[in-house]
Amino acid sequence: MAEALLEVRGVTKRFGGFTALDGVDFLVRPGERVGLIGPNGSGKSTLVNCITGTLRNDEGSIRFEGEDICGHAAHRRIRMGLARSFQIPKPFASMSVLDNLRIPLLYAARKHEKLAPGRIVEEAMRILGQVGLAGRPHAMSGGLTQVDMRKLELARAMAAKPKLLISDEAMAGLSASEVDDILALLSGLKEQGVAVIMIEHVMRAVMKFSERIAVLVAGRKIADGDPQVVVGNAEVVRAYLGE
Amino acid sequence: MNNKIFAVVAFTVAIALAAVTQLVPNEYFFSAAYTVLLFVILATAWNILGGYTGYVNFGSAAFFAIGAYTTVFFYNAFKAPLAVGIVAGTLVAGLAGLGLGYLTLRLRGVFFAIASLALSVVLYIFIVNWDYVGGARGAYVLQPRDVPFGLPRYIHLIYAVQLVMAAFALVVARAIEKSTLGRGLAAIRDDELAAECSGVPTLKLKIFSTMVSCALMGMAGTTFPYYLSYIEPSSAFSLSYAVNSIAMPLIGGMMSWMGPLIGAVLLGSVQQLVQVTVSSAWNLLIVGVLLVLFVTLAPNGIMGWVDVWRRRRER
Repeated sequence: MAEALLEVRGVTKRFGGFTALDGVDFLVRPGERVGLIGPNGSGKSTLVNCITGTLRNDEGSIRFEGEDICGHAAHRRIRMGLARSFQIPKPFASMSVLDNLRIPLLYAARKHEKLAPGRIVEEAMRILGQVGLAGRPHAMSGGLTQVDMRKLELARAMAAKPKLLISDEAMAGLSASEVDDILALLSGLKEQGVAVIMIEHVMRAVMKFSERIAVLVAGRKIADGDPQVVVGNAEVVRAYLGE
Repeated sequence: MNNKIFAVVAFTVAIALAAVTQLVPNEYFFSAAYTVLLFVILATAWNILGGYTGYVNFGSAAFFAIGAYTTVFFYNAFKAPLAVGIVAGTLVAGLAGLGLGYLTLRLRGVFFAIASLALSVVLYIFIVNWDYVGGARGAYVLQPRDVPFGLPRYIHLIYAVQLVMAAFALVVARAIEKSTLGRGLAAIRDDELAAECSGVPTLKLKIFSTMVSCALMGMAGTTFPYYLSYIEPSSAFSLSYAVNSIAMPLIGGMMSWMGPLIGAVLLGSVQQLVQVTVSSAWNLLIVGVLLVLFVTLAPNGIMGWVDVWRRRRER
């Protein structure tokens, strides 16, 4: 078994008296595709926020490539190769689509991957091609449709040249064919050796995509393993469907 | 155009302008032009934090006054020449900006704005009670009798100095805007969380941009005590500096270095004209009316119009 890329141990996060995450353990190996599911409010996004550094966990440890990253600011974690997309797209609205990708290319990708300044645009265009936005690099990102904004969100995360990409509900509200587009895109990352954590409510996508599924319910991980086994798990079924 | 060429052009234009306008017979021209240039620097400086980074600073007057009072301090202490005042005032204002940034930039949006306003009030009270720099009754800073470069009067000199400093401020602003740093600042302005999650070290960049912005504001103030040979707190901390340094970039356009320049020259000149032809009391009213007009009709300022026009032509 390969060494863990991301190792979350006993992570707890409280908001006042509310415990959003309660001693969560979570492992991701290099190049692995993991689905993270759970009902609304189960702590999926909080876990992502703790991993990427937009929130600080109260207890537990988070290691990335063996290094403890709990004290690192978010931008340092991104530079180490830990990128995310946001559930609600957050484009840099005053910039063109192309310029949106320049930011992670300049600030994150260059830190761990030698990228000549002249190749930034070329690289940005390549990524836009992958997500299907190559046709409109100069469009203002604030004026994109929801679907295109989702794609841009993913493209921007990919532009950081991550070793682990966390996709936070990239597919909510998309049509079946659009879901397939994004699935193909995320699956393509496997070939590049990028591990992916997919947080999703679209079960068809999660089942198709994941090599392993972890289930969070009320801040606790109740199952983790083979997708078919996990969705058959009695506890998981109860969490989703009730008694 | 790269930064070096732009710097050469900017300084050449400034010096040429300073030389040519020495022929203007009207003494009042220099005093009016000095004020307009002062606003060019203030607006350009404010825009580095307010326009590029998206943090509204209501404390422009405080940093302007820091520059001015540093000059007074060095004059009182060592009879230091103008050049020393300029360098020292810029540095002290920059340090104050660093402090403000460090203390307050974890606050976002309106909270930062209020904190910067509060700083202005605190400093005002501090200066009023600091007797060494004149306290509430003000301080005299005598213009040297000998004016260098064969200029007829001292106002000619500080006008020329102000021109060169305005060019310097524009060069700095433009260099920041066109750099990787400038893109990082723009990302912070658009969405700070997304910027941080794209690898932008947001806190560091914000503190840096506050420091540069405040240093340039201080620089604008360093010549001010010499302008009237006299300075007192309520004129140095005048509301007009805070209001104008926000209004001018808003009217000119906040996305590029040219916006504050256009806004300051336009609004500054109009104010000077009105002051002479109508009355000085009308000044802030005009700023107010223009602001309302621009915010409703051209929210991206004059440069916003230019951008729209350019894009149409490209199609």
